[in-house]
Amino acid sequence: MDGETPGLFTAVVAVARRDLLLAWKRPGDVLNPLFFFAMVATLFPLAVGPSNEQLEFSGPGVLWAAALLAMLLSLNSLFVSDFEDGSLDQMLVSPQPLPALALGKTLAHWMTSGLPLVLVSPVVALTFRMPVAVVGVLMLTLLLGTISLSLLGAIGAALTVGLHRGTALLSLLVLPFAMPVLIFGARTVSLVATGDSVAGGLYFLAAYAVLIVSIAPFATAAALRISNE
Amino acid sequence: MTAQLSGHDLTLFRGERCLFRGVEFALNPGEMLLLEGLNGSGKTSLMRAIAGLLEFETGEIRWHGEPTRVQRQAFHDSLVWMAHRVGFKADLTLTENLDFEAALRPSASADRDEVFRRLGLSRLKRLPLRSLSAGQQRRVALARMLLSAATLWLMDEPVTNLDRDGRRLVAALVQEHLVRGGMCIMAAHQDVQIEATVHRVLLQ
Repeated sequence: MDGETPGLFTAVVAVARRDLLLAWKRPGDVLNPLFFFAMVATLFPLAVGPSNEQLEFSGPGVLWAAALLAMLLSLNSLFVSDFEDGSLDQMLVSPQPLPALALGKTLAHWMTSGLPLVLVSPVVALTFRMPVAVVGVLMLTLLLGTISLSLLGAIGAALTVGLHRGTALLSLLVLPFAMPVLIFGARTVSLVATGDSVAGGLYFLAAYAVLIVSIAPFATAAALRISNE
Repeated sequence: MTAQLSGHDLTLFRGERCLFRGVEFALNPGEMLLLEGLNGSGKTSLMRAIAGLLEFETGEIRWHGEPTRVQRQAFHDSLVWMAHRVGFKADLTLTENLDFEAALRPSASADRDEVFRRLGLSRLKRLPLRSLSAGQQRRVALARMLLSAATLWLMDEPVTNLDRDGRRLVAALVQEHLVRGGMCIMAAHQDVQIEATVHRVLLQ
């Protein structure tokens, strides 16, 4: 009969577009983790007291830990709705390669969870009295770090999609691999605050992101096939 | 002569339980395969396994004489599946869902508005699927089949929730598909009135 399978790029864009459209129609899912991030980061200074020294010292670590937890919070819903309404089945029997579809979904996830964190972080950083130069590096580390976290999280979310209340297991699976991101992210921001060179940390975060971009779509696809049996 | 689609010595376990053993079938263009059996006899599992979502314990499905395992993409190119769950997003409209669908698999040259009219969906295409009734959602799933260029239709209980007109419509659509040289595998409780070569697999 007529028609050919649309190209790979069309498929990736279509999946990402569909998920962004869904996020647009249900903004609560996007706003919740963002709200969590903003709350942790603004409550912390209130709790430890207004000493400048203390805030500057703990700022990078607190912001990064809050960002990591906010990302974890958003991961749970990544594949669950597709699993429940049968969309995942339809994607699995489509001729498009599953890693491409998984990449499209992860891209949309990052744009609705990681990217908003990056954009909101300067405002939140104000409560820690961060200088502008430090805020710039904070945004850059978050930008590189959240890409890795989205991709890593997608693997965990795919593995736990068939389980009810898999949140704890998901965190347990993802956190060990997220540790380097947290350590290097927070440390790099601390370094720039004391006037040291940050290139090493940024290179590491970028390299880690590249490594995971090249592995995660395939791992996610394999995990989805297993979870959906 | 090898059949276009065939199953050889199919055995499937779910957990410890054996659903069926040694099932065989062969299907050629214009023919239909009816899966029969009681609730829980493994009709849906067999269909999922044919589609490649479950692994058979033994045996394999062959498409043009080659195992589907080694040509997943070519096989899925010519397959469209109407499952229990519609597989569309409840928050999106019919049009938005079908736009996404068109990126997933080869599309037929059929006119979308014509298909909507036939299925009685013309007035519903701007509503989120959430607000449609169960029967209307089945009709939406039929739209996916009519708009795809696939030759092999997998239909799992296609007439559930449909009214009398809807059931007649399904029979007519399958009939037309078979006349065009398509194939259909259907799991059904009720007997469907279709004039074609119908093979049957009875699952115990």
